[in-house]
Amino acid sequence: MSRDEVRTSNAGELRVVNRPIGRHDAVEKLLGHTRYAADLDLPGMVHARLVRSQIPSGRLLVRDVSDAVKVPGVTAVLLGEDVPNNEVWVDVPGQTTEVRALKASMQILATDRVRFHGEPIALILAETEDALADAEEAVRVEYEELPVVADPAEALAEGAPLVHEQGNLLAEWTIDRGDVDAAIAEADVVVEGEYRTQLIDHAYLEPEAGVAWLDENGVIVIRAATQVIEHFRDVAKILGVPASRIRVIAPYVGGGFGGKEDMTVEPYLALAVHRLGRPAKMVWTRQESLLARAKRHPVTMRYRTAARADGTLLGHDVDITSDSGAYAYLSALVLLYSAVHAGGPYRVPNMRLRSRTVFTNNPPTSAMRGFGGMQVVFGYESQMDRLARELSIDPGEIRKRNAIARGDELPVGQRIETSVLLAETIDAVTERAGPKPAPSRSGLAVGRGIASNLQSYGRLVWLKDSASAWIGFETDGSLQVRIGVPDIGGGQASSLVQIASEVLGAPLDRVALHFGDSALTPLAGTTTATRQLYMSGNAVLTAAAQLRDRMAAEVAEETGQPAASLDFVDGMVKGPDQSLSLADAVAVCIRRAAPVATLATFYGPRGSEVDRRLESGRVFPDFTFGTHLADVEVDLATGQTRILRYVASHDVGRAINPQSVEGQIRGAVAMGVGQALMEEVVVDRGVNLVGGFFQYLIPTSADLPPIECVVLESGEGMGPFGARGIGEPPIGPCAAALASAIEDAVGARPTTLPITPERVLACIDEAAKA
Amino acid sequence: MTAHASADVSVTLTVNGRDVTRTRPAHVSLLRWLREAGFVDARLGCGEGVCGACTVLVDGAAVGSCLVLAVQVDGSEVRTAVGLSEDDGSVGALQRAFLHHGAVQCGFCTSGMLMAATELVERGEPLDRERVTAALEGNLCRCTGYDGIVEAILAVSGSGAPPA
Repeated sequence: MSRDEVRTSNAGELRVVNRPIGRHDAVEKLLGHTRYAADLDLPGMVHARLVRSQIPSGRLLVRDVSDAVKVPGVTAVLLGEDVPNNEVWVDVPGQTTEVRALKASMQILATDRVRFHGEPIALILAETEDALADAEEAVRVEYEELPVVADPAEALAEGAPLVHEQGNLLAEWTIDRGDVDAAIAEADVVVEGEYRTQLIDHAYLEPEAGVAWLDENGVIVIRAATQVIEHFRDVAKILGVPASRIRVIAPYVGGGFGGKEDMTVEPYLALAVHRLGRPAKMVWTRQESLLARAKRHPVTMRYRTAARADGTLLGHDVDITSDSGAYAYLSALVLLYSAVHAGGPYRVPNMRLRSRTVFTNNPPTSAMRGFGGMQVVFGYESQMDRLARELSIDPGEIRKRNAIARGDELPVGQRIETSVLLAETIDAVTERAGPKPAPSRSGLAVGRGIASNLQSYGRLVWLKDSASAWIGFETDGSLQVRIGVPDIGGGQASSLVQIASEVLGAPLDRVALHFGDSALTPLAGTTTATRQLYMSGNAVLTAAAQLRDRMAAEVAEETGQPAASLDFVDGMVKGPDQSLSLADAVAVCIRRAAPVATLATFYGPRGSEVDRRLESGRVFPDFTFGTHLADVEVDLATGQTRILRYVASHDVGRAINPQSVEGQIRGAVAMGVGQALMEEVVVDRGVNLVGGFFQYLIPTSADLPPIECVVLESGEGMGPFGARGIGEPPIGPCAAALASAIEDAVGARPTTLPITPERVLACIDEAAKA
Repeated sequence: MTAHASADVSVTLTVNGRDVTRTRPAHVSLLRWLREAGFVDARLGCGEGVCGACTVLVDGAAVGSCLVLAVQVDGSEVRTAVGLSEDDGSVGALQRAFLHHGAVQCGFCTSGMLMAATELVERGEPLDRERVTAALEGNLCRCTGYDGIVEAILAVSGSGAPPA
């Protein structure tokens, strides 16, 4: 019996979509054929490695490469002065001059100042891998150490050392809706809490890697593990060449989760090729990846929440501070997500929110699955539990009473336009779990927790998102799809094959998808923001439907049957009187001078740019809602937490491939459990203490229970066939659900992540004192 | 200076049934030796024996190939994921079970996971969820949550639900 259920409404007559199909890319991966970014070698290539800062904050006094260039096998050692445009400016949108750090920049290779442990200083190019290590030791760097700003509180203190000259405050967002002071004054109950989330690494299995070369047309080609082939534009700016002279290819990526959204190896590979005219390869070590690639923001949240005695929410007073680390990256946008999602999937009539992201000398932070929208779940769901306990209302019931519905507005003013099955997800996990189990022996306590969330899918509406796809038939009736999506493991490519097959009737094994090439596939945008199925799925659906309709019109005229009566299925165009193979239908079109290929673009919703004061209404296309339930067993002597049962339910609109949907949910839960209970990049006054995977523990198979999914299908999402995005949403509720379960077991609530055995023991002590 | 250089050594391994001889510096790991010989389905995930992406079978035993020098296993029989397919190039039984149970997402852990699973299944002992998860503890996956992998191994060992 399958542990997973899919409850479908109105699936219609779908034939390929909505079925759990083994992905075509999985076959090649299983056979060992897939060539990841590090699996390519080119004749004559050089190997590349970065020399990185050993300290978190300092002035660079000496960068001496004279010994390093003499190491046998070393081709060149490049410094910032060798980079045509070494200063990269980061756009910090929506901010006014009140925020001083409006202009944020970073250097490709630091020339005079380092701001975090691991910041790149020099680029070694060598004939062999072994020579890289020798040269790295031979590069002499001397620093004048400068004061370290170790956390946002230090950064914002009066007279704090400046991480950047413009100031330590990078960006702020505010929300003022209704009158939260009046709401608090008239409330029957007000609960208050402070919650902290930690610095987290993406820890995908594939370290950052790529190979680049100069092609026969003078174009620098970068084949790298990336979520964003559009970085060709950024690379072009760095080199000072036309954007058309840089091409980025994303092969299948060994995990992204936001960590391959910013550039990693790309500028260095391009620089090497630009400089030498030879192919170059760069593969980061795991240690480098853990040391220096941008991570998930630690966030501190304070919530004051007002409610009526019946549990009705009256308002939140929220204060959020996130640690941007040493450079801006996407911190301003991540914080925006925190602000917009801060009220949760509930009606919140009054809200005052103040938020800021702050420079420190910690590792930079940027995109990671959930992107600011997930940290705040730990805040607002902890508050919902506090209210439930204070008012003696069932945790599921208080959530259902406040659940947002179609037509309601989020505190930012965005109206919810699609159905919300939040209550249904709460019922689904509760029914599935049944009664709470009893402890298996004395000395153990069992607890149950639930948590709900909402998470946007699709990019911010002012980013004016679009995705293009090209679809064409071959003369034998087989089908080609060209689309610039990077596939980072979520089934991004195979879902598009299913959609094309569904609409055009070509069997799955006769559809070939060419993806992830900024020069040869139509640009479809980033594999980020839970947008690929929504945007690129709609682009493929649009192109396929246009092509089908055009071909149907030709076949209709040719065969004398109404176009509407023609069905593209099983490799045929089937009509009431006469059926043709797809190859014959293609021949008809060619004979009649009609196209057998088409290019279509799908445009996401447009919106005006968001101001620092968030009141502009629509921010995102739409949201995905869900609820998780966890049963835990806590060892009262050791503080060890074991998860007995984990059930996750989300309304995915329509599951294009139910196997991929369940994979996204289970994988997100595993990652969420890691953040809740185990993981932390430990930094001591700017020094990153994580030296390898042996010091950064992510969940193993033995740490997790089976993860049970109840997938709901409202059919109301904005993606193809009514799908909603599901890549990021299921990571949101994990930490809150587990904290809630631990509180239920031991009697006090953990408020800081990760919830280690020590922190559980502290909760047990707190409960004993109370 | 070439502090990281070492003397060249000739090593012969039988990889997926084929004898391969290469002369490489003595400090070259089995993983690097295999990858340089074209067996890139063994992946480098951490280089410190924690993640298991480089797991191969050496004389039938699952080994983290990043922690072993090629010279240490000279003369051994080595199997990698590429060697698991059928003679006609199609997926073998374990690979098919992985496919049907959604055990593959990004795929970077898959080769190593398959080899750890192969060792486990070939032992022929009765398996249950606890035994499988314990055996896979040295193989990290960040995408799947492991459920599909565990289910696939149970299914192919005859201990689980039939393939979906």
